[in-house]
Amino acid sequence: MQIDLRTVSIQPLRQTFDHLARRFGDKPASRYQEGSYDIQAAENLHYKPTWDPDQDLYDTKITKIVMKDWYALKDPRQFYYSTYTLARARQQDTTEANFVFVESRGLADMLPPALRDTALNVLVPLRHAAWGANQNNTLICGYGYGAVFTQPCIYHAMDNLGIAQYLSRLGLLLGDTEALDAAKAAWLDDPVWQPLRRYVEDTLVLRDPFEVFVAQNVALDGLLYPLVYGRIVDDFLSAQGASAVAMLTQFMTDWFDETKKWVDAVLKVAAAESDDNRAVLQDWIAAWSARAASALLPVAEIALGANADAAVGEELAGFRTRIQKTGITI
Amino acid sequence: MDMKATKKKLGLKEKYRVMTRDLGWEPGYHTKEEIFPYATYEGIKVHDWDKWEDPFRLTMDAYWKYQAEKERKFYAIIDAHAQNNGHLNITDGRYLSALKVFLQAISPGEYAAHKGFSRVGREFPGVGTQVACQMQAIDEIRHAQTQIHALSNYNKYYNGFHAFADARDRMWYNTVARSFFDDAMSAGPFEFMIAIGFSFEYVLTNLLFVPFMSGAAYNGDMATVTFGFSAQSDEARHMTLGLECIKFMLEQDPDNLPIVQGWLDKWFWRGFRVLGLVSTMMDYMLPKRVMSWREAWEIYGVENGGALFKDLARYGIRPPKGWDDAEKATDHMSHQIMLGLYQWSFGTSLHSWIPSDEDMAWLSAKYPTTFDKYYRPRWEHIRKLAAEGKQFKNFGLAKLCQTCQLPIVFTEPDDPTMACHRETTYKGEKYHFCSDGCQHVFENEPEKYIQAWLPMPALFAELEGDIGKWMDWVSLRDGQDNGDYVGSVDQRNFEQWRGLATSNS
Repeated sequence: MQIDLRTVSIQPLRQTFDHLARRFGDKPASRYQEGSYDIQAAENLHYKPTWDPDQDLYDTKITKIVMKDWYALKDPRQFYYSTYTLARARQQDTTEANFVFVESRGLADMLPPALRDTALNVLVPLRHAAWGANQNNTLICGYGYGAVFTQPCIYHAMDNLGIAQYLSRLGLLLGDTEALDAAKAAWLDDPVWQPLRRYVEDTLVLRDPFEVFVAQNVALDGLLYPLVYGRIVDDFLSAQGASAVAMLTQFMTDWFDETKKWVDAVLKVAAAESDDNRAVLQDWIAAWSARAASALLPVAEIALGANADAAVGEELAGFRTRIQKTGITI
Repeated sequence: MDMKATKKKLGLKEKYRVMTRDLGWEPGYHTKEEIFPYATYEGIKVHDWDKWEDPFRLTMDAYWKYQAEKERKFYAIIDAHAQNNGHLNITDGRYLSALKVFLQAISPGEYAAHKGFSRVGREFPGVGTQVACQMQAIDEIRHAQTQIHALSNYNKYYNGFHAFADARDRMWYNTVARSFFDDAMSAGPFEFMIAIGFSFEYVLTNLLFVPFMSGAAYNGDMATVTFGFSAQSDEARHMTLGLECIKFMLEQDPDNLPIVQGWLDKWFWRGFRVLGLVSTMMDYMLPKRVMSWREAWEIYGVENGGALFKDLARYGIRPPKGWDDAEKATDHMSHQIMLGLYQWSFGTSLHSWIPSDEDMAWLSAKYPTTFDKYYRPRWEHIRKLAAEGKQFKNFGLAKLCQTCQLPIVFTEPDDPTMACHRETTYKGEKYHFCSDGCQHVFENEPEKYIQAWLPMPALFAELEGDIGKWMDWVSLRDGQDNGDYVGSVDQRNFEQWRGLATSNS
């Protein structure tokens, strides 16, 4: 039996704020809508930036992508701060439990040394790449236009930092501080890592926020995550008995599956906006993904040896299929 | 590599270093200048970014965990508040004006701070600094969103909230806060940190945040006070960051001192003017008052601020230039601004009102040297006119200060009977100011402040001085959002609904 409690009933004057009623009608707005749409200043900007007087304080012209309405780039996850934080707190719980599990049962020490070294050699230098990703997403958030497009980028940036920190913990767990030092030395000097480091540094001098989005979130991460965390960790290492490593990188695997839905949605809407946008995106994705693939090849070789070439080729084909679904052909 | 039998135990500080600073590297394919192009043009010299002391050591896993707990509590409470008509528990409908000021002027500022901290979180060439700024960037969007969510329910039942996004960009009194944040964001990364990270978050935050949130608590506003409690630990982190930042700049090079001092002078005065709106809220808009603006200034300005500047004296920092003028203005500003709001209340998306006898008794007790002498007679005159059915309205457009954008309604620091008005001619054009402080700010960067968007000239240029058109343009609904609280729709509804909730008639 249902019991309806009686409360004093009064008639609201309106359901939502004017700017949301104009977009969605006068009906109760979701918290995502309230916290995202039109909350960035749009008009009557007072001063030109002293750091670049050719720009406006919030400027749609600093990217080649043209949108009639930047708020069209909706995040299908509808993340605002609260839903984002709650989602990551849950994943953090799982990751913590995984680390405790591996640590408390001494699974790290039981890894065959060769596999452990492979895991360390492939994964730990990537904490620097993740830091590059953090800076790139922070830039998109800072200079991109409209909270619907930019707020997921600060969440993404914090995720990138979290991933860099999980990789650091993995390094400490499997190889102590020496593993971190060795990985940093490899990132700086080992020829295997130089194409990737160069790629990352080349993205750090980009200033078109949407190109940064493509170079980092679409091209590099679109190849790196499935290749490293899917093929190398979940398939190759696990098959040989190093599934403990996969437990330590579960966050990254789950994270990529979740975030690529957002990345794809942004591409799809931006490409559908105009042929010009589609052409720009096509060029960027083609150029950056080709570079990313060749930069990742030597990294894949650390684990996969002679099979790396085929593996990267397959990942690239998979990547093309994925991008095709957003209406962009490369 | 050989596995050691026992792992080194890293201390907290060392562990945090490994988790953050060690992630960065010296670029090899591009110069630092290419990657961080805005780090040097302001003239701040940094020799060693590693000397930066991390103000708090929070890794992302801990951040997610703590913040999620706070989020769960916050939304549980505001859901209950909405479900149970919590808005009927406020002391009086007049209180809503304080919330309207907050949503129109302050919440957009939180969002601007979010964008600004994202930018500096990318532009500083030190990892420790970047991470600290990024955490503040994500906190600030939290604050913007939780404020909108907390006040969303009020918008459903009361006027003046519905067009906050339009009012942010177009409403004349909101340009005070908007131009403040635009000013900070158009500055370089170091000045931004002094403006928002230090002056606003450290020196002035207690004068903004504490009065608003205590005001909410005193006036039965569960939604807003919950936001306040929830944001408190974030604010503590932000204050630590602001303080670390100024100390870092001062310790890195003696040449930084005059630059930092100049910014402190500027941002103290800019912030003090923005707080003018807070002073009015404290002295006039809270039905149950927490303390007077004067008392808040004594505690948070004179005592806390004084101690802070004493602490910074070892670096050669002196109290900000406008400090004495601020002290002199403290007994006048809330009255002057409320009188301004009242006479222009046809053009505000919030209600103002004539203080009652009881209010005036309180004001004269709190302002024994000024209220009865200068302001009571004006209110009594206005009240007399109102009794004769003539609401005191000033349809003449306010002259706005080119710097702070408040109407020029203040008096000379040393003579409360003389209106204070300054002007400067720059490139053949005349500019008006409300004070010496604002004139100095302008004269230090005239090329910046001549760009200011001033709402009054715009009204003439674009809308041909047509008040009705202007109201449409700012989404102000005449007879609903504006005017005296007495006789307003808000008053009628609040009293009727409260009657439903508290009596059987």
